[in-house]
Amino acid sequence: MSDSQIPSRGPLPEPLEVSQIPPSELAPEVKPEEESRSSALLREITTSNALLSVLAVVLALVAGAILIAFTDEDVQASAGYFFSRPSDLLTAAWEAVSGAYSSLFQGAIYNFRADNFQAGIRPLTETLTFATPLIAAGLGVALSFRVGLFNIGARGQMLVASAAAGYVGFAWELPTGIHLIVAVLAGILAGALWGGIVGLLKARTGAHEVIVTIMLNYIAFYLISFMLRTPGLLQAPGSNNPKSPAMLPTAVLPDLLGPRYNLHLGFLVVLVATVYVWYLLNRSSLGFQFRAVGENPNAARVAGIKVKNMYLYAMLLAGGLAGLAGVNQVLGTVTTGFSSGIDAGIGFDAITVALLGGSTPWGVFFAGILFGAFKAGGFAMQAGQGIPIDIIVVVQSLIVLFIAAPPLVRSVFHLPAPGTKRRSGRGKSGKSGTGTSAKPTKSAKAVNQ
Amino acid sequence: MKLELRGITKRFGALVANDHIDLTIEAGEIHCLLGENGAGKSTLMNVLYGLYQAEEGEILLDDVVQHFAGPGDAMGAGIGMVHQHFMLIPVFTVAENVMLGHEETGFAGRLNLASARARVREISARFGFDVDPDALVEDLPVGVQQRVEIIKALSRDAKVLVFDEPTAVLTPQETDELMVIMKQLKAAGTSIVFITHKLREVREVADRITVIRLGKVVGEADPKASNAEMASLMVGRSVELTVQKSPAAPGAAALVVSNLSVIDARNQVVVNSVSFEVHAGEILAIAGVQGNGQTELTEALLGLQQRVSGEVTLDGRSLIGRNVRQVLNAGVGFVPEDRKEDGLVAEFTIAENLMLDRSDTTPFVRGGTLQLKYLAEFAETKIGEFDIRAQGITTHVGRLSGGNQQKVVLARELSRDLRLFVAAQPTRGLDVGSIEFVHTRIVETRDAGIPVIVVSTELDEVAALADRIAVMYRGTIVGIVPGNTPREILGLMMAGELPAGSGVAA
Repeated sequence: MSDSQIPSRGPLPEPLEVSQIPPSELAPEVKPEEESRSSALLREITTSNALLSVLAVVLALVAGAILIAFTDEDVQASAGYFFSRPSDLLTAAWEAVSGAYSSLFQGAIYNFRADNFQAGIRPLTETLTFATPLIAAGLGVALSFRVGLFNIGARGQMLVASAAAGYVGFAWELPTGIHLIVAVLAGILAGALWGGIVGLLKARTGAHEVIVTIMLNYIAFYLISFMLRTPGLLQAPGSNNPKSPAMLPTAVLPDLLGPRYNLHLGFLVVLVATVYVWYLLNRSSLGFQFRAVGENPNAARVAGIKVKNMYLYAMLLAGGLAGLAGVNQVLGTVTTGFSSGIDAGIGFDAITVALLGGSTPWGVFFAGILFGAFKAGGFAMQAGQGIPIDIIVVVQSLIVLFIAAPPLVRSVFHLPAPGTKRRSGRGKSGKSGTGTSAKPTKSAKAVNQ
Repeated sequence: MKLELRGITKRFGALVANDHIDLTIEAGEIHCLLGENGAGKSTLMNVLYGLYQAEEGEILLDDVVQHFAGPGDAMGAGIGMVHQHFMLIPVFTVAENVMLGHEETGFAGRLNLASARARVREISARFGFDVDPDALVEDLPVGVQQRVEIIKALSRDAKVLVFDEPTAVLTPQETDELMVIMKQLKAAGTSIVFITHKLREVREVADRITVIRLGKVVGEADPKASNAEMASLMVGRSVELTVQKSPAAPGAAALVVSNLSVIDARNQVVVNSVSFEVHAGEILAIAGVQGNGQTELTEALLGLQQRVSGEVTLDGRSLIGRNVRQVLNAGVGFVPEDRKEDGLVAEFTIAENLMLDRSDTTPFVRGGTLQLKYLAEFAETKIGEFDIRAQGITTHVGRLSGGNQQKVVLARELSRDLRLFVAAQPTRGLDVGSIEFVHTRIVETRDAGIPVIVVSTELDEVAALADRIAVMYRGTIVGIVPGNTPREILGLMMAGELPAGSGVAA
């Protein structure tokens, strides 16, 4: 084996006594030029570290600030006489940006203008309410990422789960307590089945999960739209709107902090789900096998792990978690009956949340809360300062863009390229990629030393 | 062209990969760079090729100082490189690959393929290469692909050719052919830098040998020096090139394979009605040129192949039709030939890799939960026992050297209760010191009364380990011969011929 793989960039991650360890111990056997393609990209995106995520948020907020300043009318007006009184422009820009972000904060965390603490803390509970389905769906997407599946079907899984939980919620009359449990389980089960289809097709036929999940999103959306327009299925009786009846009170997730807040029991369920996913991935045999398949399916297969089963199980669980998000929507947030827009873009935001959270359970939890805060605060920003809510979406999108381009964030903040992670990541991806090196025969591949 | 490197120093953070290396390659000589994995050979050549910038030192061509900002500069100055992993585009033809990067174009950017074809033919004819300019690279055997790389370098008028471990991907025959080509190039006046750690090849072609260890030049070796001398110079201590092993004490037949056939995904019969037995306490080596069905045979034993017919029994119990998990549970230990692809998860820690094939059973898992405390203790023990050089059990396996990676695989497989041990290419790409370790472990496993199968394309390894040798050719076993069978006979058998009167017994 050649030794060109001695870390090619930056210092070693940990100080090593060279005299003690021969270079061969330090040199992973990978070729920089074999760095490749989609799998490496997916890995890079999904396993970005926490610091990079935070910095990406900071950068995105800075970019958002610039946008806010540019779109502000006072700023535009003062720009007209910039050279006679430049301070006007700066003041206007400062006021626009600080006003926007302070109303974002007050809309998302704590409202200082409120009369008492109970009213002041309300924005935080709103944030958590918005975060609840985002975390659940984000956990589902993150789980499938860890098994190496690019699951973008959270939307479809949520919709199907919403329909199932909603149907049980408005149509079945069951005793208090039992009704809620049955409705929640129906939703989770429906989501799991919808995700399971993906896993089954992937395992049995090798169908690519990206195509399958996109198509299942369409199928779910139009199927439920159809059912919502068809009397006797999901449509509310005596109505012409494509909307379901309201949930029965026995099926509604109870409020956590009393009727003055919207925060409901779903948040606790999602908290439990986060702990469960953490246990699953880090402490369970199944999670170990999931991660092995995600990192190197070949080695997993040779080690006796049933790779196809893992795809199926992972998609069942991922669908169930996305289903939990749908359940939260119909039984917690919008209990007056749902339409086909019930997923409210959460299914796609979940991908963003999973990426921002580095596909780790607690990362997803906090990323979900951040996005919940953007949603809650975005409305306040729009109402209070007249700043279009689109700016918030721009900021969210910029966050993902920066996460997808770690070298950009690193160069902005003058961070060194991470040694370990990148290099070992390359090692793996390099073998699967045949981009630049010709290894068409088994023998060539086998001696890839 | 005379190439001179003066005081080249290349650092990566705290690591000094090249430490004031001086090297002179005279015009028309084959200069070998010999050294273990990680000694700094390839780093030095990447500095020469402009891929890395050295912190200190200078490169001189015919006594003129050169500054290479990138490979383009180096190529322009007449340096060509044949990489270990070919830099070819598989779906392009030979001519297209050769012209890539300095395309001649005609009107409106039309490619002048005819001139590239003529170029390929001209160079092929000069050196007696049999290369069709219009063949797709992906359809060519590995040895021919390497010739395309050589043609590519020569088409840019390379006066100094660097071969970076060129034989790692070649069969013995292709290696011999490459040696002939190198001698031809030398005769034509090209200077050659030949990087390798295989002693036999060095001896065959080298005019001069420079040995590099831990980033420093530790001396020049005489091509006529013995293997042991060169190896000790490389490793820095004396090494056993052949393991000490007592005669085998074979017991009853443990693994019985009869009429085993494997059909691959392209409907080719890759293993054709193979029958053999392995006794307890013996090593059966399966020799043969790469790609003659050995890989598929071991995969079939492990339950990794889909379309298998015939019978395989281990201690009387059938292994056919079982999945990998069941085969492993039946007590089969397996070292896959591509350890990074099939044997290890690079992103996992050493500890996690040590439990990889027992990921759902005791002692590592109880009630579906990982026993992390037990795993940590287990891993600590194995790191010591198998001399795995790493900072700790949480080091990612991808960061280890090849030798230490293989030790992780061995530690995992040999810590189970084995009834059969299958090692495919167990020392491929390893340095001399690690080879010694791996061979010792394999012999110890045999001495513990376990039947062992070693698949190897290296005749040195086969000769060092085998009690009996089965030679495979085109999916069949040509014959099974005793372990001390002379190389020449094995060579003939590897080419499919069965020498008369050589005592072949199936």
